Amino acid sequence: MASMDFKDYYATLGLAKAATQEEIKRSYRKLARKYHPDVSKEPDAEARFKEVAEAYEALKDPARRAAYDAVGQQHGAEREFRPPPGWNSGYEFGDGAGDDASRSDFFEALFGRANAGMRAERASMHAAGDDHHARVQVDLLDAYRGGRRTITLQAPVRDAQGRLSLQPRQLEVNIPKGVQDGQHLRLKGQGGPGHGKGAAGDLYLEVQITPGKLFRVDGRDVYVDLPVAPWEAALGASVTVPTPDGSVQLVVPAGSPAGRSLRLRGKGLPATPPGDLYAVLSIALPPAANDAGQAAYRALAGSFEGFNPRVALEA
Amino acid sequence: MSQLQVSITHAAIVETDLQFSLDDLCRACGTDAERVAALVHEGVLAPVGDRTMEWRFGGADLPRARRATRLMLELELNAAGAALVLDLVDEIEALRSRLRRYGAPQPRS
Repeated sequence: MASMDFKDYYATLGLAKAATQEEIKRSYRKLARKYHPDVSKEPDAEARFKEVAEAYEALKDPARRAAYDAVGQQHGAEREFRPPPGWNSGYEFGDGAGDDASRSDFFEALFGRANAGMRAERASMHAAGDDHHARVQVDLLDAYRGGRRTITLQAPVRDAQGRLSLQPRQLEVNIPKGVQDGQHLRLKGQGGPGHGKGAAGDLYLEVQITPGKLFRVDGRDVYVDLPVAPWEAALGASVTVPTPDGSVQLVVPAGSPAGRSLRLRGKGLPATPPGDLYAVLSIALPPAANDAGQAAYRALAGSFEGFNPRVALEA
Repeated sequence: MSQLQVSITHAAIVETDLQFSLDDLCRACGTDAERVAALVHEGVLAPVGDRTMEWRFGGADLPRARRATRLMLELELNAAGAALVLDLVDEIEALRSRLRRYGAPQPRS
């Protein structure tokens, strides 16, 4: 058996080796809540969660924990770990829950052999392959236009000895036009292979739209900040606005205050129905950097002597 | 390590293009009919059809069911707990969406 790094499951759960089963469960629950990818915003939540889940898998069952403790004692000061021959004879392991494709090499080395027997039995039956799930990042422009995209996934693959490794896998996917952030694409038959005569599972891809620097996306609507000069806002103007799929001309109505949203109907994501593009106005002040600029602003103030922008605050 | 290029001609958008039966959902979530039924009773999933055998789930129910069953398994929640978590996650996502709309700086995710 290959050598690998020993994993200290007690340390992962922040526990002493003498921890009770109750303490193990409590620690798992607390850390699982903290790092669960669906509710956590910690930067490496997915990886931390897998570590915590694996530690709990190893320690929650007393038989497994005893086996792990025995190995841990022999491991001692060695950096590299080799499971001693015949070490798990006499221990009976329960049925491990969860997808064993997500367990580390170390876990597989210790406990994988128990599942190998089950897998051999399963192979003689006909069963559909597992569905696989992954995330894919899609540029906003690709979501607008749709079309072919090559994506690379890391797929768990078993070799003839049953050892697990991650192999890169490239797929050419037709991104549907108008797909929204958070939607899922199903690629039929691209999941895990079937057993016996069973059909292959499906591959589900969760789409994450990367909007880029200019745009913000909310569902099928897209937002862009549109700075205008004070005279454009006050007198009205025709301005060029970028959209994810080219530029358009937009009329800024006279008397437009800062923060006004100008809607370009149907220029959002081309879903069914298409979303809208909103240009949100901000007033860009020319700097009063030189004498001419300062004079211009003073003249402006002079022309509007009765104007009080803070009238609402004085009531 | 060879990289095998596989060409896919069609990807369906789950939320808008697909429907699922109870069996489909159980298989996709790796769970049993009882658990899915519990989620229906909590209002997490909304199939059409009167009897469980007749249930047709809209596409959006698939990722929802998967998220709920993951929470039930990994955080050891019951269906009611998972339902509450999903409601709160929905609300958080709606708030984040509004923040994005107004250009507020985002927390790291």
